Amino acid sequence: MSGDDGLPREPRSDAGAADVRAGTFASGRGRGGHREETAAPADGFRSYYGRPVLKPPVWEWKVPAYLFTGGLAAGAALLAAGADLTGRPALCRTGRLGGFGALLASTYLLVADLGRPERFHHMLRVAKPTSPMSVGTWILVAYGPGSGLAAAAELLPAPWRGTRPGRLLHRAGRLGGLWAAAFAPGLASYTAVLLSQTAVPAWHEARRELPFVFTGSAAASGAGLGLLLAPVAEAAPARRLAAAGAAAELVAARLLDRRPGLETKAYTEGRAHRLRRAAEQLTLGGALAAVTVARRSRPAAAAAGLALLAGSALQRFGTFEGGVASTRDPAYVVVPQRARRNAAAEPGLGR
Amino acid sequence: MTDEHSLYGPLQDPAADAGHREHPPRVGFFTDTSVCIGCKACEVACKEWNDVPEDGLDLLGMSFDNTGMLGASSWRHVAFVEQERPLGRQDPGLTGLPTGPSATGHTAEVTADALREAPRGGGELGTGPVDLGFPSFDLPGAAGDAGNRTDFRWLMASDVCKHCTHAGCLDVCPTGALFRTEFGSVVVQPDICNGCGYCVSGCPYGVIDRRADDGRAWKCTLCYDRLRGGLEPACAKACPTDSIQFGPLDELRERADRRLEQLHEAGVAEARLYGRDPDDGVGGDGAFFLLLDDPEVYGLPPDPVVPTRDLPAMWRYAGAAASALLAATVAVFVEPGAGGRR
Repeated sequence: MSGDDGLPREPRSDAGAADVRAGTFASGRGRGGHREETAAPADGFRSYYGRPVLKPPVWEWKVPAYLFTGGLAAGAALLAAGADLTGRPALCRTGRLGGFGALLASTYLLVADLGRPERFHHMLRVAKPTSPMSVGTWILVAYGPGSGLAAAAELLPAPWRGTRPGRLLHRAGRLGGLWAAAFAPGLASYTAVLLSQTAVPAWHEARRELPFVFTGSAAASGAGLGLLLAPVAEAAPARRLAAAGAAAELVAARLLDRRPGLETKAYTEGRAHRLRRAAEQLTLGGALAAVTVARRSRPAAAAAGLALLAGSALQRFGTFEGGVASTRDPAYVVVPQRARRNAAAEPGLGR
Repeated sequence: MTDEHSLYGPLQDPAADAGHREHPPRVGFFTDTSVCIGCKACEVACKEWNDVPEDGLDLLGMSFDNTGMLGASSWRHVAFVEQERPLGRQDPGLTGLPTGPSATGHTAEVTADALREAPRGGGELGTGPVDLGFPSFDLPGAAGDAGNRTDFRWLMASDVCKHCTHAGCLDVCPTGALFRTEFGSVVVQPDICNGCGYCVSGCPYGVIDRRADDGRAWKCTLCYDRLRGGLEPACAKACPTDSIQFGPLDELRERADRRLEQLHEAGVAEARLYGRDPDDGVGGDGAFFLLLDDPEVYGLPPDPVVPTRDLPAMWRYAGAAASALLAATVAVFVEPGAGGRR
């Protein structure tokens, strides 16, 4: 190893060992057998038999899926509120129903991902600003009733709309929609902090760019829903929001790739890389189509909307996978931390 | 206490910061790995006392460590490192002998070579006396020279939850299941935990984990029940060499400093303390270590930082992104040109 401190150093304890990446710690988790082998991005660091330092996240597909549905709910609610205030009833209906549907999916995904789903309500015992999951729970609790009221107003059968309770519900729906839209930016952005407020190297190191990736992705997916389901005549704001959201997402994601340091290299390799490249192409294609052919053709608008939705979903899955990969290889933990310690001072041994 | 100190940096009294008014002094572990013999009595005592379930009787095939790492059902873990240390310019005379790490291709190659060269084709191997490094009745060095010393060393270290001053797991727990006890330790309440799994990713040491069959997160409690009963934790009680020392943290830090000085005087220059410094990324560990090599060799992160250190900045970035989203939404509904809406 490095002899830069002038002391005799031994090679890493597992130097030359053929089995340093053997997936042997399978007990109790049942996934050791098919653990994806990650290539060590930088060699020459020391580790305990090549074993990971951190625990990989216990979250599975439901959490990245929630990142997508939560963002979709936020984007749709914002679009619906704008459409409501500017007199675009079809776009408003799409946004309200889509936002509420995404909220229901989010709730299911969040509860089902718990180890003890029947204890979901324990989240409501406390409100903790240091726990983005607690903050997010309360954002969802606040967002939910408004979104539900707005969706109920949309679902009211036409014959009842003229009645007194019908008009009341219509007015309540507008208030509810605005209420939901007020919490939507928080709903779209807190999930970035949720991932960054962890010791997972790739997520924590992405803390500056990730909020912009996620809010951009939320805007693009909400707009995508509008393009998919609303008539072309009303969808002009959705087309513009698609372009703005996609631009923010793509620029922030590219900046993330170019960040110096080993931690975020996890995004540029393997499955995370493939997912994020596919997301980029779909989002870019969807946004370009949105501002060009989608102005005239309903099928083109629908295709653009689908591409934006798929791009947003893949972006979340790619970001999630990058973080997981960075916990499985000790290099992502040891190399940057060792460099930091060596750089901070040269206290030598026995500080 | 300022807010910054609650999130990051030196914090004299984490129990008081968590709201305990009258509380006993902060306690913890000092694990002196220089006297650890790798007996794993701590692992067994912990499992026994805390009723931690069996988590697989696996042979990991890398060393005498078959626990692997800390986890939901391993609250103490004895790391076992096998190292060759070059002995300056001396030739230890071991070239060609099977002294490499066990169960590796390297061993196999060396053994194969040695067998070919051996007078009886390896037939004598396993029949003659071999020094396995176990303690003997003779004093070390009694043979008069360097004796049977080799360039091979074993490092053993009993790892445990660090009970950080700023605990990542505690900060992110959304239910309040994880809490700071009056002793300054960090404990999960199993009747509250709903298995969200956030703490697993929040821990910069990779300590806490979720049990697959049970759905809840588990880790070392510093034997909270024993502490409340005036007893020391089971692992420290069971440790036959006092490698695991339990006591008030201030006392342990003094003791560790003295031990480090002693070792340095004795020429063990590679000895260093890990997790003792209250200025480090987690505000100092409640369970800290004396190590004989870099922390990463034992599977410990070299410079862990509690993720919460950057939380205020992260909320600011999120706020900026949220504001941008709101502004963009308003902007897309404003018609370009003052014409009528489409």
